[in-house]
Amino acid sequence: MSAGEMRRVTAINNGTVIDHIPAGSALVVLQMLGISDDRASPISLVMNVPSSKHGRKDIIKVEDRELTQDELDRLALIAPKASVAIIRSYAVAEKREVTIGTELVNVASCTFSNCITINPREPQDHRLNVVKTDPLELRCRYCGRPQVMSELIGNLI
Amino acid sequence: MDSDLITMDDLTNEEIISLLDDAERLLPVAEGTEYLPLLQGKLLANMFFEPSTRTRMSFETAMKRLGGDVVNLGDVNSSSAVKGETLYDTMRMVDGYCDIAALRHPRQGAAQYAADACDIPIMNGGDGAGHHPTQTLLDLFTIRQAHGRLEGLKVALVGDLRYGRTVHSLSHALARFDCELVFISPAQLSMPAEIVSDLGHSGAKITETEDLYGAIPDADVIYMTRIQKERFPDEDEYAKVAGIYKLTAADLAGAKGEMIVMHPLPRVTEISPDVDASRHARYFEQAFNGVVARMALMCKLLGVDVPRGDA
Repeated sequence: MSAGEMRRVTAINNGTVIDHIPAGSALVVLQMLGISDDRASPISLVMNVPSSKHGRKDIIKVEDRELTQDELDRLALIAPKASVAIIRSYAVAEKREVTIGTELVNVASCTFSNCITINPREPQDHRLNVVKTDPLELRCRYCGRPQVMSELIGNLI
Repeated sequence: MDSDLITMDDLTNEEIISLLDDAERLLPVAEGTEYLPLLQGKLLANMFFEPSTRTRMSFETAMKRLGGDVVNLGDVNSSSAVKGETLYDTMRMVDGYCDIAALRHPRQGAAQYAADACDIPIMNGGDGAGHHPTQTLLDLFTIRQAHGRLEGLKVALVGDLRYGRTVHSLSHALARFDCELVFISPAQLSMPAEIVSDLGHSGAKITETEDLYGAIPDADVIYMTRIQKERFPDEDEYAKVAGIYKLTAADLAGAKGEMIVMHPLPRVTEISPDVDASRHARYFEQAFNGVVARMALMCKLLGVDVPRGDA
């Protein structure tokens, strides 16, 4: 993040900064991470700022919460190139990578209307196999159907 | 090999050939001329949540001819499924009752889902428009029986390629044996794009056309399928394509002598009864081969070796 971009948001004391989110996706990222606006500490959200790497990007700062690696890995679905910094006492204490692995478990449910997992009472995990990472290609472990990313966002768990 | 058979990807080519060899060895057992109780004491669960004649009966015949026994789900309308029981709960129960299970279900992915829930081997007997690998084993057996080989044949798959799970599993398997595939269907029933893409990536030679009759002279196998009324979202869409392909004995005049006509059955109007008497017809032998193919598979999944040569 450049100094110019930094001026758009306030520095945080403790928490997590997620940078390089695809432009327009920050609200979905908050939804994926289960971060709602009724929490006590502030959330800063900047959308559609210029980025030398990606043209435009979104940035999220979540105060007083350090996101776990498991939570961050969920981000790979929509922000595979996001960079994450854990902030302690106004300094970057740790940098974390978003990694997608070979399978997404209980991140989103299959979008195919005739998949066995469409029955909400079926209790087993929702599993999506990662076929390819760039561009991201996912298939349901059970029915094998390729997942359309725009539809999958609506099936986040 | 995996302890389940969900898709043909669970089998290597060598395992497929080994299963076909076992199936061939078991022909006299299936015909009732030899008694070989390899699966005595074993219990098969036939879990058919969708109608079935050949698949269900051939699984049952296969197990009983090998000395084992079978319990059936029975009419799905009289099972706990109508009370809202999940597939997970039903299969966990079966896992305790039986040694192996065959599953057919209208939902795609049901077989893998059941396999994840169970310790016993699960055999996919058809999951929605997904896969039907035991049908593929008997299809491959029938093709090898007729041509003496699987490799390098030209196979025309005809009809409902979109919803037809038999052709999905079969085309994957044939591509692995370097067969040339001709997909013949109306546009609205063409092979799903992801399957064509997967086959293309694996190097398969594929032609897509709507013209059945032009493909007959070059084909080694013509695999007809029924347009499946039950898989269409509405009656009007079905009416547009119902009866689009009708193969008659006269149509086969220009076919190669050794070309065979196959069909997973049931047929409606896509193969005229006058083809039955032709030297090309193999669909009834194909249905019989379901018994030996499923015998061989159950032996393999239950860890029982089929003795080669005279038992």
